[in-house]
Amino acid sequence: MSSNITKQRSLHELSITELNAGLRNKDFSSVELTQHFIERIERLDTRFNSFISICSEQALTAASRADAQLASGNAGVLCGIPIAHKDLFCTNGIRTSCGSKMLDNFVPPYDATIVENCANAGAVVLGKTNMDEFAMGSSNENSFYGPAINPWGENCVPGGSSGGSAAAVAAQLVTAATASDTGGSIRQPASFCGVTGLKPTYGRVSRWGMVAYASSLDQAGPIAKSAEDAAIMLNVLASFDKKDSTSIDKTKPDYAATLDQPLNGLRIGISKEYFSDGIDPEVAKLTQDAISFYETLGASIKEVSLPHTQLAVPAYYVIAPAECSANLSRFDGVRYGYRCENPTDLEDLYKRSRAEGFGEEVKRRILVGAYALSAGYYDAYYRKAQQVRRLIKQDFDTVFKEVDLIASPTAPTPAFGLGEKTKDPVSMYLEDIYTLPVNLAGLPAISIPCGLTGQNKPVGLQLIGNYFSEAQLLNSAHKFQQATDFHQQTAPDLD
Amino acid sequence: MEASEIAKLAQLARINIEADMVDEVTESIGSILNLVDQLQAVDTSGVEPMSHPMDAVQRLRADVVSEENQRDNLQATAPATDKGLFLVPKVID
Repeated sequence: MSSNITKQRSLHELSITELNAGLRNKDFSSVELTQHFIERIERLDTRFNSFISICSEQALTAASRADAQLASGNAGVLCGIPIAHKDLFCTNGIRTSCGSKMLDNFVPPYDATIVENCANAGAVVLGKTNMDEFAMGSSNENSFYGPAINPWGENCVPGGSSGGSAAAVAAQLVTAATASDTGGSIRQPASFCGVTGLKPTYGRVSRWGMVAYASSLDQAGPIAKSAEDAAIMLNVLASFDKKDSTSIDKTKPDYAATLDQPLNGLRIGISKEYFSDGIDPEVAKLTQDAISFYETLGASIKEVSLPHTQLAVPAYYVIAPAECSANLSRFDGVRYGYRCENPTDLEDLYKRSRAEGFGEEVKRRILVGAYALSAGYYDAYYRKAQQVRRLIKQDFDTVFKEVDLIASPTAPTPAFGLGEKTKDPVSMYLEDIYTLPVNLAGLPAISIPCGLTGQNKPVGLQLIGNYFSEAQLLNSAHKFQQATDFHQQTAPDLD
Repeated sequence: MEASEIAKLAQLARINIEADMVDEVTESIGSILNLVDQLQAVDTSGVEPMSHPMDAVQRLRADVVSEENQRDNLQATAPATDKGLFLVPKVID
């Protein structure tokens, strides 16, 4: 990296690798970099609403510390790099709202493991990003703080639930951000906002300190400008954690080390179930073109079948609400979070604190979950959904005997308009048809930009890998990004 | 889904539903249950339910103290406390 490049382009346009080089060449300091981003957030985020909290003071303190570490030659891989955390990762001393009135006043007394990992790597946290309440939603419109806005169109949703993280990276208000994915919440907003988002294998990244929604599905991961930046982020986020009983004790490869491996011999599967009725024709065309492009990179394409795909939405909307109704029972107005005014008795305190503290979608899912788990319905709903979950996983197991990756659209449509789907929860749920099966199976998947529609809206290509194949996914995404420039296309008018 | 069932669910979930919202909630919960009813058509006989992607079992650890007492720190965010206790409305007359 010559220092010329960093001088020709603005700091907010640079990748993590480029920023690292600039910091080490002393082209700029972390304090200058942080001030640059804070100025942008203060000036531009009134349009995007991608942050719930901005932490200017703490960020500048962290940046000074990073500059000292850089000067001493003792700097971590994210040293001095500005990032943001989705507002469901607990941050010691910084409000963690989860996009909810329920936690509007919640200041955690500890850091989530991934927050600690980022701090140990020297990252500078600019703030906490907007999200659907308790990560339940596909448009960011369920946030207590109002929706984040897609930088590609002021009347468009950024996707959800990690809409704030995707919008902030797409608007170049931060270089990279953490996010979480229970049914597509990293990949779908990455697709809608034209950025790169990786959902790792379940158990690869610690869930400790991440506010729980559906514990057997939730997984944290990065949203970034490129696969290369996502690899650098994953190197920091992934760790074995004794504090998370589902964390997996498995050697972590260096995800950045294998990005440039040639793709000769890579076997990619395409499944007709992922180009089903209801897919937008432009989305189908752009993803098919991207898949064909992989042939020029040395990959072979094979048709495969995942016959239970259509059942992922109904199975998910039993399992996730069931787990959510159990997880969210902790919000009772007693120990932390929102408490209603003047409760008449304990029962009234519970019922009104929860009625007033939770938004409509969260209450809907809690009620559906309570129904699916209640006496007389458990076998018909919860047990049945868990059996279907196994059928969906078995579909993947069979296909991964024949191919290395599965390629598909990330979402059936490009970003839709604000308010377009809020009246009908089921139409919103169908947005996640291509992403949900991955969470049910626990597999890793990445979304990378693969072109713009005629209306100038980004479309994402989803690559799904076998368990613990993050390095292969990132390698495959990186080689595509080396040969194309879709990931470098930015929304108009970012200044 | 009937309005009377919603009242029962609201009680199970400890969520107050105002009278003027019952019809709307009944309709939206009903539409979600219609969606998930697609599962009933699937033959799952002999299929082992899957509760966890890795079919993982709980890791065990030695039965030793691993956390320090930090009651004051953890209660700092509570709505109401007194002498280390969480305060709630009177439950016994």
